Amino acid sequence: MKLLISSLIACSALIGGTLTTQARDLTVVSWGGNYQDAQKKIYFEPFAKETGKPLLDESWDGGYGVLQAKVKAGSPNWDAVQVESEELALGCADGIYEPIDWSKLGGKEAYLPAAVSDCGVGAIVWSTGIGYDGDKLKEGPKSWADFWDVQKFPGKRGLRKGAKYSLEFALMADGVAPADVYKVLGTPEGVDRAFKKLDEIKPHMVWWEAGAQPLQLLSSGEVVMTSAYNGRITGINRSEGKHFNFVFPQSIYAIDSWVILKGSENKDAAMDFIAFAGKPENQSKLPEYVAYGLPNLEAAKMVDAKFQPELPTTPANLENAIPLNADFWTDNSEELTQRFNAWLAQ
Amino acid sequence: MKDDRKRSWLVSLALVAPLVLFLVFFFAAPLYTMVSAAISDPIGARALPHTSAIIERWDGTSPPSPEMQTAFAEDLRAIDDDQLFGDLVRRLNSAKSGFRTLMPKTRNAVKADPAANDLVAIDERWSDPAFWQPVKTATASTITDRNLLAAVDLERSTAGDIQEMPEGSSANRATLIRTFVVSLSVTLACLLIGLPYAMIAASVDGWKRQLLLGAVLLPLWTSLLVRTAAWFILLQDNGLINSSLTALGLINSPLPLIFNRAGVIIAMTHVLLPFMVLPIFSVLIGIPKNLMPAAASLGAPPLRAFWNVLLPMSTRGIVSGSLLVFMSALGYYITPALIGGARDQMISSVIAYYATGAANWGMAGALGLVLLVATLILYTVYLRLSGEEQAKR
Repeated sequence: MKLLISSLIACSALIGGTLTTQARDLTVVSWGGNYQDAQKKIYFEPFAKETGKPLLDESWDGGYGVLQAKVKAGSPNWDAVQVESEELALGCADGIYEPIDWSKLGGKEAYLPAAVSDCGVGAIVWSTGIGYDGDKLKEGPKSWADFWDVQKFPGKRGLRKGAKYSLEFALMADGVAPADVYKVLGTPEGVDRAFKKLDEIKPHMVWWEAGAQPLQLLSSGEVVMTSAYNGRITGINRSEGKHFNFVFPQSIYAIDSWVILKGSENKDAAMDFIAFAGKPENQSKLPEYVAYGLPNLEAAKMVDAKFQPELPTTPANLENAIPLNADFWTDNSEELTQRFNAWLAQ
Repeated sequence: MKDDRKRSWLVSLALVAPLVLFLVFFFAAPLYTMVSAAISDPIGARALPHTSAIIERWDGTSPPSPEMQTAFAEDLRAIDDDQLFGDLVRRLNSAKSGFRTLMPKTRNAVKADPAANDLVAIDERWSDPAFWQPVKTATASTITDRNLLAAVDLERSTAGDIQEMPEGSSANRATLIRTFVVSLSVTLACLLIGLPYAMIAASVDGWKRQLLLGAVLLPLWTSLLVRTAAWFILLQDNGLINSSLTALGLINSPLPLIFNRAGVIIAMTHVLLPFMVLPIFSVLIGIPKNLMPAAASLGAPPLRAFWNVLLPMSTRGIVSGSLLVFMSALGYYITPALIGGARDQMISSVIAYYATGAANWGMAGALGLVLLVATLILYTVYLRLSGEEQAKR
């Protein structure tokens, strides 16, 4: 009997010991790659120094289910997470984020209206568009129609694996004006049209999933052009002396936001961190490392003029670019993703 | 005497307690959760009790009656838990796109005005029976076969009959079949390479054997992701393989080795080879070394000696090696995602999408269950066949 009891105690101690952790350090989660390297330099390390407490940073590749599962399981192991606009909209509706204390951030009017939400604070404005290697293509593509033109630009192409962005780009390649893309995509005929256009380019496609992949594909010459995030393109140009180009016309821009997971044990520290990252003097350092637009209005003004041509928020770059329609994708994501996966599998 | 037996029973129980607890926590409980997630559908009935009672009598095609709308509005007002509301929205939206934006809008409107029971006035879409049918099915029962049917590309029509999903809307069946085909190809490739390899390793000794076994074991100590990334670098158009072949003048344009089935099978075979070599090797070293010379002395040519003596004796190793490789290959996710093209994705990537991307745990569970059942069926068939084989002998 004694042996049984001691064995049970040993087991539970073993399980308990691995499952319960002591007070966890503030954990901030972002998108990895050279973007997170920049954040480490200008947000994570200075904040840890200022508060005198360690800050852990992790990276993820998105996915609403990841956050939902963490919150549902109780006491999530992440505190502040940078999310895309649909994850913000979905999670806000489902109540898996802590409300934001806007008084710590200098009020809602300090930010771009599109970057303000009850559950999230805009972190960056970023664009997805065509990226190509200027050293290999002297005369590069200028539109999605060029991206689809495999006669003019022979070689493989890369797109992010998923219905989101692929369908919009296909419609623009098919001649739909950027401003009308979501109107057309809102009809069943529009969706069919986008898939039909994607059929044309399917044999030439390489599908990527993580934001660092398109750079690798371009560097190795595996693809001649690919959809990419603008900040990553300028980032690699600076860090590795490449001459990659990003095509702003017909690109799609979106806002990423900081959120705090519901029930986070470090929610106050996380709120302080978000406020720290939102301070104009801190945020305005970002474009020096990666070319993302800044949602804090004061910070945007402080950015050096030489970085302006690279930012998605510069007026010249906004011409003919469209914002991602998060409402459309929160409604249609599951159905269109299922169809997209079926289309891929054929 | 009796006390002694009781004592020894308790001692043995104590000794297996860690194992039992481990199995319960990490095997039985997750399996049960997966099955119940696949078939349970309690959200509709829990969140919409009034609607559930009234919509039962609705025929599914006529315009929604005022009673239905009132009941629905009342239920929405009564939901205080945002996460329950989120679950409800996710459940409805996965049956019909549009609920994501429709539900919060409707909920805000009915909460703001306690008399607002005319949903059509809040949003036009509520006049469309297509938005009420998911409400009816979601509230009808707490268990559902919807996910299981969808996992094999089937659905129920409005009349309740099982039918094929419209073409091009889902490809789970094709993906499942592909998963088995790829796993089988990898198993065969591992067998073709692993069997001779194990035989050579078993026939030599000393440092040669250490070297051969080390070559197989070393990759096992490296992370799967690292090995896959290494293959990515080797196989690409400007990679080591293609550039050396071009430099040697053997090929003019690079061989397509990456983003296709060939690449996936090469990389997976490399990763899984140790699981084939090691079981076969461990059986082979148990076989007396003088059997082959004995067969030869009785006049059997080498091939016949191999076929009649060595192969039958190593069957046990081949069987367990093949099973290990096949079962592990079924769940592969990273390798096909990085090395494969769009048409090489296996079922685990679809499961991962539903779990992490869409937070649709029901579909993820159902696909997992279908994979489990299909695997168990194959395993049973296999056991039957190998059982018959043994009975014959």
